[in-house]
Amino acid sequence: MEKMPTWADAVLVPLISLLLAAILSALVIIGIGEDPVAAVKLMVQGSLGSTYGWGYTLYYATNFMFTGLAVAVAFHARMFNIGGEGQAMLGGLGVAVVCLYMPWPHWSLALIFATLSSAVFGAAWAFLPAYLQAKRGSHIVITTIMFNFIAAALLNYLLVNVMRPKGSMDPATAKFPETTHLPTLHDILEPFGIAFSKAAPANVSLIVAITACVAVYFLIWRTRLGYEIRAFGHSESGAKYAGISPVKITVVAMLISGGLAGMMAINNVMGEGERLIMNSTEGAGFIGIAVALMGRSHPFGVFLAAILFGFLYQGGAELALWTTIPRELIVVIQALVILFTGALDNMVRMPLEKLFLLFRKGDA
Amino acid sequence: MDFLTIIQVLDSTVRLATPLLLACLAGLYSERAGIFDIGLEGKMLAAAFFSAAIAAMTGSVWLGLLAGIAASLVLSGVHGLASITFRGNQLISGVAINFLAAGMTVLIAQSWFKQGGRTPSLIGGGRFNPIELPFAETLSTVPILGPIYSELISGHSILVYVAFAAVPATWWLLYRTRFGLRLRAVGENPAAVDTAGVSVVGLRFAAVAICGVLCGIAGAYLATGLQAGFVKEMTAGRGFIALAALIFAKWRPWYALSACLLFGFLQAIALRYQNIDLGAFTVPVQVMDALPYILTVVILAGFVGKAVPPRAGGEPYVKER
Repeated sequence: MEKMPTWADAVLVPLISLLLAAILSALVIIGIGEDPVAAVKLMVQGSLGSTYGWGYTLYYATNFMFTGLAVAVAFHARMFNIGGEGQAMLGGLGVAVVCLYMPWPHWSLALIFATLSSAVFGAAWAFLPAYLQAKRGSHIVITTIMFNFIAAALLNYLLVNVMRPKGSMDPATAKFPETTHLPTLHDILEPFGIAFSKAAPANVSLIVAITACVAVYFLIWRTRLGYEIRAFGHSESGAKYAGISPVKITVVAMLISGGLAGMMAINNVMGEGERLIMNSTEGAGFIGIAVALMGRSHPFGVFLAAILFGFLYQGGAELALWTTIPRELIVVIQALVILFTGALDNMVRMPLEKLFLLFRKGDA
Repeated sequence: MDFLTIIQVLDSTVRLATPLLLACLAGLYSERAGIFDIGLEGKMLAAAFFSAAIAAMTGSVWLGLLAGIAASLVLSGVHGLASITFRGNQLISGVAINFLAAGMTVLIAQSWFKQGGRTPSLIGGGRFNPIELPFAETLSTVPILGPIYSELISGHSILVYVAFAAVPATWWLLYRTRFGLRLRAVGENPAAVDTAGVSVVGLRFAAVAICGVLCGIAGAYLATGLQAGFVKEMTAGRGFIALAALIFAKWRPWYALSACLLFGFLQAIALRYQNIDLGAFTVPVQVMDALPYILTVVILAGFVGKAVPPRAGGEPYVKER
């Protein structure tokens, strides 16, 4: 017998967890001597009150959709890909190589190849941890953490010693050529007569991210590979018995995951930065964990959670600008969301299950 | 490289290895009891902040140390609650703790001191000062052994000696006491420990608490011994290097000491020499930074002996199925 109806499991549990995280965040704001109501008002105003705010919110959300999907796909195969950050860094390298060293007649062609390249670079960075997990049994969480640090060192080396233009002190590549610059939402919406802020960085990558959400949905629930990934995630021995190769699923799921994390680079490197800098990922790879947990590893959930985190990110930046609350408030909220929706999941679930059982007994 | 330079590099190796060693031993207790802990970094960071903050306010480094340990213990409690009581995912809990510490330390630092997320610089009694061992001054003229004694062994803060003493203490506790036997058993086969009538939950909480205390000392050393005050993100991945050292040491205390000294040595070299010229080619500083992580991956891959974690690690214990 099901302990809880499906809707309660999919909607109620995350909502209560979120509420707990929100209450604690409010207490934190009170604790540092600020007014939580005023803070929320300022955040909403700054991130949703203008097309400029929306442009930033959607820009951040695009990043988090990619990294959230990356973590979600790995979760379906019961793997914890903590290496989204490193994979996204390598994705940035893939974008930079395509944009800098190849001539492009039009941004659309550049975007297609940059997307492919970033996915290949990200997937390549996920390959070794996946292979080691599948073949040598080394724990994927530890190896992906190590690969994050190795990626940072590699990128640091390449930017300082190899890709930095002559005469520049800044550890960054040269500016990408004009033809690879992506149209922003302003450029896209203008023909439809919608005035959208020119300064905001949200760009055509948002459409790629939404497409990726749909594609991941079809992959996980409508294809044979997706079925195999889910079967493997539910029971490794069961999947093995059904003739599914654990090595293949581990590696393929991680390649898809790494590829998605890498694809984030078309947004932050190609769309916004228009050159590759150190720390262009800004921790988005880690926020993917919170996004995937909150979205219950479902692409639609990831989509919603990514927008919520985009709002938090832009709102947090506004708070830091107008009040004395530092930007790190967002890191705290992110931590609380991960804690309540991920680690303390049972704290909410257990009492709720009891409650539903009680109601059911009353009916009988 | 002359003798004095070698001594100096080794001296800074000892300094840099100390926080790694404390955090590594902390992880050792926790993981030997079957609780994975990737939140070492966060606990160290929280301890670093609270030790520096309290030391700055009271002027007493000992009160600071206590505050650091307390902060680390609180986070350990959260980890225990999530991973032992509510049987949540230990890795996710660790990630959450790292972010919680990274955010809260800056928030509170800004709220208390208003110096952009740092504490005021610690002076005088607010820091752990070097301890001169007896006869260090008089023996320093003795060739070879003199400088080794007076430069390398003498002149560290008390926490360095605590860290090195913790290695034999850990070995003794784990391999020569009843508590240690049970602690190791609970990480390998909790059901057997439960059958023997010993509380699995109690043992695991004890291990997580010891882990908290050691991480607290590690963090306090960073902020009040190695440096004079807290700055944002000052742990700089040391918790993860400690984790790497733990795997490198295959979850054993004496090997943990050698692994931490090795990784401390790499940090000391990277600090002193930017790029190392080996004649034929130069080793860039980034390679030195990445080396602990690369070595860990190689070890994990099982090319240099196999690293087998405690068997019940990462799995919550359900009393009745």
